[in-house]
Amino acid sequence: MTTSIPREAGLGALPALPRDEGGPVFKAPWEAQAFAMTLSLHARGAFTWREWADALAAELAAAAARGEPDDGTHYYEHWLAALEKLAAGKELVPGDELERRVGEWDAAARATPHGKPIELPRR
Amino acid sequence: MSEHDHHHHGGEHDRPLSGPALRVKALESLLVEKGLVDPKALDELIDTYETKVGPRNGARVVARAWVDPAYKQRLLADAGAAIAEFGFVGRGEDIVALENTPTVRNLVVCTLCSCYPWPVLGLPPVWYKSAPYRARAVIDPRGVLKELGGEVADDVEVRVWDSTAELRYLVLPERPAGTEGWSEEQLAEIVTRDAMIGVARVTVPAGSGR
Repeated sequence: MTTSIPREAGLGALPALPRDEGGPVFKAPWEAQAFAMTLSLHARGAFTWREWADALAAELAAAAARGEPDDGTHYYEHWLAALEKLAAGKELVPGDELERRVGEWDAAARATPHGKPIELPRR
Repeated sequence: MSEHDHHHHGGEHDRPLSGPALRVKALESLLVEKGLVDPKALDELIDTYETKVGPRNGARVVARAWVDPAYKQRLLADAGAAIAEFGFVGRGEDIVALENTPTVRNLVVCTLCSCYPWPVLGLPPVWYKSAPYRARAVIDPRGVLKELGGEVADDVEVRVWDSTAELRYLVLPERPAGTEGWSEEQLAEIVTRDAMIGVARVTVPAGSGR
């Protein structure tokens, strides 16, 4: 579909357009991990791409409604929030189970000497 | 666990695993335990999108369309099938190629989120995902083009295309003057990601070609 182009609107209210120089599109490994998990879950039919697009759009809209500056730098945080909610909504990973696991990894990370791989204790 | 686990020290934070990285770790470990994702498949995906795909795929498509009129016709008639001739396939979303001409410039945006033609362009750049671009591309495409790719003359029509989950767009930029006789490979080298999103023209860098 095309979008019609009104010539004049409140441009001054928008911050300068951020750019990159064709550099890395992932700023951190976790962003790529979150991205890949989403594609992988979609590929096995855990949700449709439309469901994913709607979940992500809802997170981006909520961030904008909270007045957060959206210059793309927090994009994958919104992506991750959308993925967590969709995974909970689809009963793949219930929210309380995720929070428990976050706590476990946090404790394991704090207890691990610098430079050693972080692992969860066996249960 | 994946090789991505070994980058957690020496960064900008003292805590080795915190914030969103901690949450991703937790989510991933649960999904792997439940058999919902395969960690090897995750690493392959990351590698594919970071290195193997990227805008080089799209550049090859554009270069072929420039040298092969029959291919260009196929691309404009059914971009998905024409792109699949290279073996580049997406996840079922349709893709449409938009031809720039001396009188028409096409500009691609996703106003809702960040729908993007991954099979040909890889992952979207940060600015493509930003709210200012998503809003301004629609409100003031000429201003966006002026900032990113040079001013567009008043008599050139600017068409803005809003991507969706089901439909993606690839801009077929104009072949620059001075590239007559170049090979397909030489041409592919000068086609940029920004030109295929529609925010820039393809230019001949000094010293390139022959």
